[in-house]
Amino acid sequence: MKKSTRKLVNTIIIEIILITVSFIFIMPVILAITMSLQPPQSVFSFPPKFFPTAFHIQNYFDAFKTVPFARLLLNSAIVSLAITLGKLVTGTLAGYAFSNFRFAGRGLAFGFLFATLFLPAETIMIVPLFSLMNKFGWVNTYWALTIPFMASATNTFLMRQQFMTIPLSLEDAARIDGAGPIKYFLKILLPLSKSIIAGSAIINFVYSWNIYLWPLIVTMEDKMKTVQIGVKMLIDAESANNWGIIMAGTMVAVIPTLVVFFLLQNLFVKSLVGTGLKE
Amino acid sequence: MRKWLPYLLLVPTFLIIVLFIYYPAVEAFRMSLYRVSTFGNKTTFVGIQNYINLFNNEQYLSSVKLTVIYVGLSVTLSIFLGFIIAMLLTQNVPGTKLYRTFLFAPYAISPAIAGTLWTFLLNPVVGHVNYVFMKLFGLQVEWLTSKPYAFYALIFATVWKILPFNMIFYIASIQNVSGDLLEAATLDGAGVMKKTWRIIFPLVSPITFYLVIMNIVSTMFTSFAIVDVMTKGGPGGYTTNMIYRLYLDAFTYQKRGPASAQSVIMFMIMVVVTIVYFTVAERRVHYQ
Repeated sequence: MKKSTRKLVNTIIIEIILITVSFIFIMPVILAITMSLQPPQSVFSFPPKFFPTAFHIQNYFDAFKTVPFARLLLNSAIVSLAITLGKLVTGTLAGYAFSNFRFAGRGLAFGFLFATLFLPAETIMIVPLFSLMNKFGWVNTYWALTIPFMASATNTFLMRQQFMTIPLSLEDAARIDGAGPIKYFLKILLPLSKSIIAGSAIINFVYSWNIYLWPLIVTMEDKMKTVQIGVKMLIDAESANNWGIIMAGTMVAVIPTLVVFFLLQNLFVKSLVGTGLKE
Repeated sequence: MRKWLPYLLLVPTFLIIVLFIYYPAVEAFRMSLYRVSTFGNKTTFVGIQNYINLFNNEQYLSSVKLTVIYVGLSVTLSIFLGFIIAMLLTQNVPGTKLYRTFLFAPYAISPAIAGTLWTFLLNPVVGHVNYVFMKLFGLQVEWLTSKPYAFYALIFATVWKILPFNMIFYIASIQNVSGDLLEAATLDGAGVMKKTWRIIFPLVSPITFYLVIMNIVSTMFTSFAIVDVMTKGGPGGYTTNMIYRLYLDAFTYQKRGPASAQSVIMFMIMVVVTIVYFTVAERRVHYQ
């Protein structure tokens, strides 16, 4: 076989594999959309439909009727934005302390924070954490859903890494110009770190939107639940009955993160990889 | 001002870390040494009795066993398939960008939704994947309520959810592998397989290590949502993993002492994982 022919054959084989695998990975979403638009009489059609054949938008209204999705969407939005903002504030402040300052106890503080890198307290220590929420009177409130997530080692280190790439001579120059450390942070460091901050904001938003176990535990009233729990409520209410309505609710819960993802994919990839590749 | 400013900058982060990670950890440890009556009005110090009971409890031991198999299998599959797909996505064939977008999408989807989607796809009446399996293999099973299919169902959903994360990291690190090195290997007569597994895979091993750790964390903890939505730990406790067992004992059965002991055990596992991570990461920095 000639070299160019072999190359062509290779390319075709790779194309076939990639098309198959991409299809398998995106298929659940497409089939969910298809199902969410099926009228009740064709939900149970056999064989099941692979592509949308109807446009029964009523399922979406029914999903909103069965479960208070409007309120749950609002809750998820409030919770995700609050966590994202909180993490940005705590992360940039602490990152700045570690990147630009030498102080007594620095190593100790660093280790203390680093030790929590793989410790999701809200899943491991649920019993004492729940008691704490009870003590604070935070059960069924936004406080319980947001405050415990507002700081993380990952975020602090990402910010520290970013600030360390900005030359210290810049800080000296700023100081000579009469800018103190706070002004330097706000006017120079943060603006220069815009893209990392935006990237980590997206990652944190998606992460917060997708939290499940914690809201399941700390919210009892429907009006305080998030969309993730809403989908579970919908399955329990509609199970074995109307998959069209369940999938409509699922699409409602997943669209915000998917839209963010498709619009900002490149920034997403860059920042996500940045959290792990830099050592 | 430079003297006390750094401490001030650390206050918000440390307030949250101490209050919501360190304090609960200490509390969990303390509570694990007590028996709490069902209504929480009486606590008795029992020493390590809760731990002894756990290690004699069939249900708990089977949840540990399931966790080991579940984590081992889903992490191995996600790492290897993620690497292979990343290799294919770095060959610059037409359409790569589109394929990458589709393959990466499940990353943005929550574990709870991943569980919902696969519950739907495997549904014995309306599910498409169930239909395909039936047509191809004549397999007609109640996926989520029968052994061992309920376990396979969890693996499908888990790999689908975490593989994209691995793939993205592998794409980035494969692109960093020096082209000269690969060219030299080609001149030496190394074939595709040899180049992939003897040169590229070892070169990206730092990222493999990072991904294994991250995947262990996700399959240990965030898998809770997948289990809760898909099988609720059933049939008959068959798919109850450690985090689901903890949730059941803590909130369904209100056994706070044993639940806290379970928290401490999981905490210890993560401490070991963290120590391993830093020891290896430290060593890597030295020979770079």
